[in-house]
Amino acid sequence: MSAEIAHAHEHEHARALPPGVRPPVSNHFEDLEQQEETEKLGMWTFLITEVMFFGALFTAYTVYRSLYPEAFMLASSHLDWKLGGFNTLVLIVSSLTMAMSIRAAQTNKRNLMLVNIVLTALLGATFLVVKYFEYKSKYDLHLMPGPTFDVAAFGEWGPQARIFFSIYFAMTGLHAFHMVVGLILMGWVFVKAKQGHFTPQRYIGIEISGLYWHFVDLVWIFLFPMLYLLGAHVHGPAH
Amino acid sequence: MAPPTDSHAAHAGEPHVLPLSTYWGVFFALVAGTILTVWTATIDLGALNLIVALVIATIKASLVILFFMHVKYSSKLVWIFSAMGFFWVVLMFAFTLMDFYTRSW
Amino acid sequence: MSSTTHTPPGQSREAHASAASEERSTYLTDGYGWKSWLLTVDHKRIAVLYLISISFFFLIGGSFAVLMRLELATPKGDVVDAETYNRLFTMHGIVMIFFFLVPSIPAVLGNFLVPIMIGARDLAFPKINLISWYIYVVGGLITLWIAISGGVDTGWTFYTPYSSTYSNSQVAMTAIGVFITGFSSILTGLNFIVTIHKMRAPGLTWFRLPLFIWAQYATALIMVLATPVLATTIFLLGLERIFRIGIFDPTIGGDPVLFQHLFWFYSHPAVYIMILPGMGVMSELIAAFTKKRVFGYSFVAFSSLAIAILGFMVWGHHMFTTGQSPYASMVFSVLTMLVAVPSAVKVFNWTATLYKGSIEMTTPMLYAVAFIGLFTIGGLTGVFLGIMAVDRHVHDTYFVVAHFHYVMVGSMVMAFLGGLHFWWPKMFGRMYPEALGRFAAIIVFVGFNLTFMPQFIVGFQGMPRRYHVYPEEFGVFNLLSSAGASILGVGYLMPMLYLPWSLKWGKKAGPNPWGAKGLEWTIESPPITHNFHGPVVVDEEAYAYGEIPHAPKFVERPEEESKVVR
Repeated sequence: MSAEIAHAHEHEHARALPPGVRPPVSNHFEDLEQQEETEKLGMWTFLITEVMFFGALFTAYTVYRSLYPEAFMLASSHLDWKLGGFNTLVLIVSSLTMAMSIRAAQTNKRNLMLVNIVLTALLGATFLVVKYFEYKSKYDLHLMPGPTFDVAAFGEWGPQARIFFSIYFAMTGLHAFHMVVGLILMGWVFVKAKQGHFTPQRYIGIEISGLYWHFVDLVWIFLFPMLYLLGAHVHGPAH
Repeated sequence: MAPPTDSHAAHAGEPHVLPLSTYWGVFFALVAGTILTVWTATIDLGALNLIVALVIATIKASLVILFFMHVKYSSKLVWIFSAMGFFWVVLMFAFTLMDFYTRSW
Repeated sequence: MSSTTHTPPGQSREAHASAASEERSTYLTDGYGWKSWLLTVDHKRIAVLYLISISFFFLIGGSFAVLMRLELATPKGDVVDAETYNRLFTMHGIVMIFFFLVPSIPAVLGNFLVPIMIGARDLAFPKINLISWYIYVVGGLITLWIAISGGVDTGWTFYTPYSSTYSNSQVAMTAIGVFITGFSSILTGLNFIVTIHKMRAPGLTWFRLPLFIWAQYATALIMVLATPVLATTIFLLGLERIFRIGIFDPTIGGDPVLFQHLFWFYSHPAVYIMILPGMGVMSELIAAFTKKRVFGYSFVAFSSLAIAILGFMVWGHHMFTTGQSPYASMVFSVLTMLVAVPSAVKVFNWTATLYKGSIEMTTPMLYAVAFIGLFTIGGLTGVFLGIMAVDRHVHDTYFVVAHFHYVMVGSMVMAFLGGLHFWWPKMFGRMYPEALGRFAAIIVFVGFNLTFMPQFIVGFQGMPRRYHVYPEEFGVFNLLSSAGASILGVGYLMPMLYLPWSLKWGKKAGPNPWGAKGLEWTIESPPITHNFHGPVVVDEEAYAYGEIPHAPKFVERPEEESKVVR
């Protein structure tokens, strides 16, 4: 994630450094502080774009929910809130391990950092496995939005329920894609961490990767109640 | 030559390390919030269901942003940037819903 | 150098320095061959790559326009049939908006100038800058392929359910192309925001920045906040098209108006992405060719931000006739009136700057002056359209078409050409032929007005847009419009010929052929790869004309051959 310039005449960026040696700064920056602040701000700006990206989907969700509240509640009760809730906890733990890995970088505990990175990635993978099973069950029940949708299962609200599922798959699908990207990012972070790239003096790479990871968690914190718990008070938590 | 930045990095040399208790505290608050969300969703509060769910989610999100993402200890610029996105989504919601909600007036 | 004596373009005093520049290394000569260009991370080279690509797409989009105006020269449909015409105007819109207008000034002039104007060696993320060009190219190639293989016929606005369900053209592929291209815009915006926040030279406070930077910053804000919403909307459209998920399908309760809300949430701010950089260029041109500080600097600076912010709250004015709630429409209408105010502030301030200025009607200044008048017309007609009662009458007529061409072509393209001519000597070390430049500017001005002024009239009389045939009574004005289009075409062709010509045969230019203020005019033309020879410190206000001129201090002395003009 760091944006070191690959200038034609520049040497390649640092590998493991002996302690106390100041890492080189990219050519177009004045000093390390400017470079790191810039990279952090760059990641935050990117996260703003992601907020708007998901926000548009949330807008579509909100509009349709306000148009068809009963259909949405009924459709939502066909989602497995237990799996959704489990996934929520999985992501929360992964945010903890992510934060811990950064803290380990800050306190120069390389092995702890590596363990936490691996845990974070494993938890992310768990999330995706659960999602796979969820999607598979929807597929088997003919709840994939499209011409195969089982309209009859929703009585009078059949067509609108299909819209709910369109939004469900669009939102969780996009979220899952971001999770996959997050896993790839964790792979990069792991490799760099193993090489000793992150020290208490310079850990911006893992810090901004953490920002991305926490963001993916944040989206899910909103997705879970809005998609899974919609109709819980009306139809009761269903299976 | 230091640029005229409007921020003071927490980790220019010495990283700002949060105590473990902070991280665990936030973690347990997030878990509790999740359980609370599920529980309140099963109670019929009418129109309040949505509001309660959103409030809890917002509190959880704030904890993640302030502590896990270190925004509480970051520069004012990062504060503003982290707030901007949410503010703009709210704007998008508000003006779009303004149409749908007032059609029946 | 004296700030009051006019230095004729091209006749720089550093003839010996320019001659010496043939031996010195510039960003253009720093590495030869395909790889040094296609793998560059130098913001200046990337700007040149963009210049070539957007010029190419301008030609493509322009060819569609030529065919359209050829058809519309007569009332009957005698050149193309309705289906083909639908594809022509759709592709014209898509190519011109996404592949020419949105990137133009930010990706070309912005990329080149933002780091230099703030005293930096490059943008914050040079590699991301290059990636954003490649993303643009990929999106462009996809769109080209679509154009060749039949095009899309939905209008550039992709309204559902026609685009999602009923159209027989390649909507999904186009959606993919536009989706991809959006990321180019997002990354450029991200780069600019972070660069302007973090990489300004010491002493360069926000209120010493050139107004071009303020405008680029405001534009970048919009790019970052609005474009992702377009990406989502197009993503949903693509899903709808490929998997028929039913999200915009009215037969199952999907809402086409929701699509429009999401689409215009981006596309209205997008028009400010297109015009704000032009306004930034305007401030620079007016200041340089009146040799005066822009009147009301802080008002102009804040107005850029105000346009960016308010521009997000007016999109419903595109939807007055869709069944949108009248109360919502009222709110959007009032805010539309409001967003015109900061634009007007700029026009007033530029005009006030002219007063008692030392005006030089060079080519860039001709474009700038044209902008003031044409933007006033375009902007005011936008206000007319923001009034619900008027819009009900002229929505989807040529009145709208004329309005947006006045702001996008009459203003934005003029600003682009003006800026290109102004900074051409800086970018390439050569002057374009001034007489030809002025002549072309006048041709463009005449051609433009002849093309689009009649469209206001026929639009108001009721001629609908997006039809290849029209009633006889609109014949004369349409013929005039088509005639104007051919003149406009000649006007555009001229710089496309003499600008490349000047690269080899133009007069060599020194660091500051215009005698203008600004960090970019203190370095060589063309600049070295790292822009500056040493750290830059700024200790004067922007546009410090009329004071004792002194260049920003360098810590080290610049090398002898590249002596900078004071």
